[in-house]
Amino acid sequence: MVLGTYKEAVSARATEKQIQKVAQDGGIVTALLSYALDEGIIEGAVVAGPSEELWKPEPLVAMTSEEIISAAGTKYTFSPNVAALKKAVRQYGLEKVGTVGTPCQLNGIRKMQSYPFGTRFLADKMTLVVGIFCMENFPFASLETFINEKMKSSPEVTEKMDIGKGKFWIKALGEDIGFPLKETHGYEQAGCNICPDYTAELADLSTGSVGAPDGWSTVLKRTDAGASIFDQAVKAGIIETKDISTVKPGLPLLEKLSLGKKDGAKKESDNRRELGLPVPF
Amino acid sequence: MLARIKRFLGLEDKPKEQAKPIKPKEEESSQQEVEKVADKPKIGYFHLSGCTGDGIALTENYDILAELLTDMVDIVYGQTLVDVWYDDENNPYAIDDMPEMDLALVEGSVCLQDEHSIHELKKLREKAKLVCAFGSCAMNGCFTRYCRGGQQAQPKHEAFLPIGDIVQVDCTIPGCPVSPEIVAKVVVALINGDMDYLQPMLDMAGCTANCGCDLQKNIVNKSLCTGCGTCAMACQTRAIEMREGRPEVNIDRCIKCGICYTHCPRSWFPTEQINKDLGL
Repeated sequence: MVLGTYKEAVSARATEKQIQKVAQDGGIVTALLSYALDEGIIEGAVVAGPSEELWKPEPLVAMTSEEIISAAGTKYTFSPNVAALKKAVRQYGLEKVGTVGTPCQLNGIRKMQSYPFGTRFLADKMTLVVGIFCMENFPFASLETFINEKMKSSPEVTEKMDIGKGKFWIKALGEDIGFPLKETHGYEQAGCNICPDYTAELADLSTGSVGAPDGWSTVLKRTDAGASIFDQAVKAGIIETKDISTVKPGLPLLEKLSLGKKDGAKKESDNRRELGLPVPF
Repeated sequence: MLARIKRFLGLEDKPKEQAKPIKPKEEESSQQEVEKVADKPKIGYFHLSGCTGDGIALTENYDILAELLTDMVDIVYGQTLVDVWYDDENNPYAIDDMPEMDLALVEGSVCLQDEHSIHELKKLREKAKLVCAFGSCAMNGCFTRYCRGGQQAQPKHEAFLPIGDIVQVDCTIPGCPVSPEIVAKVVVALINGDMDYLQPMLDMAGCTANCGCDLQKNIVNKSLCTGCGTCAMACQTRAIEMREGRPEVNIDRCIKCGICYTHCPRSWFPTEQINKDLGL
């Protein structure tokens, strides 16, 4: 299946105004992790928090909703959240951990859960794993090139970054600046080129912007645990949903992009195999 | 010795101590217990140049340990968990009585200058259907890679090798130490005959050289790294820091256990097993 296995797809957004203000799209990750924390479903969450350098995230073990909200918004570079899971369990003593990650990060977490060779008493602590759609990721130096050189702006005045409608956008000093996504090719990390997973297929629940109108997210409910927590949050009024078939552009666009990523990954993987290089999937 | 082994194999009238259920059972159920013995995998636990950390990991399956030891497996050889082993000093031929077993879990690397260890290793290879390098020392030498002799009371004991350098190894469970969960999962897979689950461990058995630099050589240099941070999570000595989305290994802290590369989702990836485990 081109979107992986899922129970149901919906269009959704957080109802909380404070979250809507800072969220990248519908604020689903922020709202869901905050809700799970408040309800005691998780005791803490590993998120991509701010660091001393602007737009360069750092894994944060968030113990309050405020800390989770501080991590809202997409940063288009690495945040090795998986590395902080052990910290969350060992140093913070958490028994029930929530986290958010890109598809490749979820690969690391799920492999660890199925084969916990050297990670004692970690696998069973992963209570809620939220996945975000991901087409590719960029080294921080690539972001610097985009902002400073291609868009003649600076990280200091940048308020938001976004990829959509064929462009890489920033919002700076109240102005939207964009340049063609085509020009970002060659700046993404090479490891992404063989990744066949666009929609975080191994998450308890995946979310992202594609398919949903502005300010909303597309959500794919995957595991029983993920679906149940999401449904509870909807019932509690934390998240509102719309039937996915009623929104534009909806699932067809998501499927098209997902298929595109899979095709590209296959092509690159085949190239590498021809060179005698290893490819894990 | 023989009597003891026989007792472990359930060949004597006297019920073996390890198999005695903790809760008192009715006559009938204890008979079933004896009948079930034949189906239980016979496991030997061998302690070469190791630290018992992996053996302890086995016992840290607190919730299922009693059941594991009584209902699920028979430990037919071992110095720590059971009191059955080859004692060369008192009887040089005792080793020939080493019982046949389905699985030999071998902890520790093997010292070339210790003939007893070499002898025991070769013997267990004969007696076991499946030889498993249990923990990183047995698999790839781990920190015994740094041994170089010159210490009391055996200054000559300098060369320590992964067991795969001396005998054929069928399967391996890396880790320093291994996690309690992986021990339980392997035992369950063994009982269920789930070879699909064990396959990665069979595939890894040939690998006897590991180091933190595997990440650089086999992942970063091959354009496979995505900066996910799994290696840094898995490292058991905190030798790995993620910098600019890539692992940076403090080689002076690395103990060459190989767990970073083992856990990296780009070294090998068990898609089907994961989907099964997640119910996807």
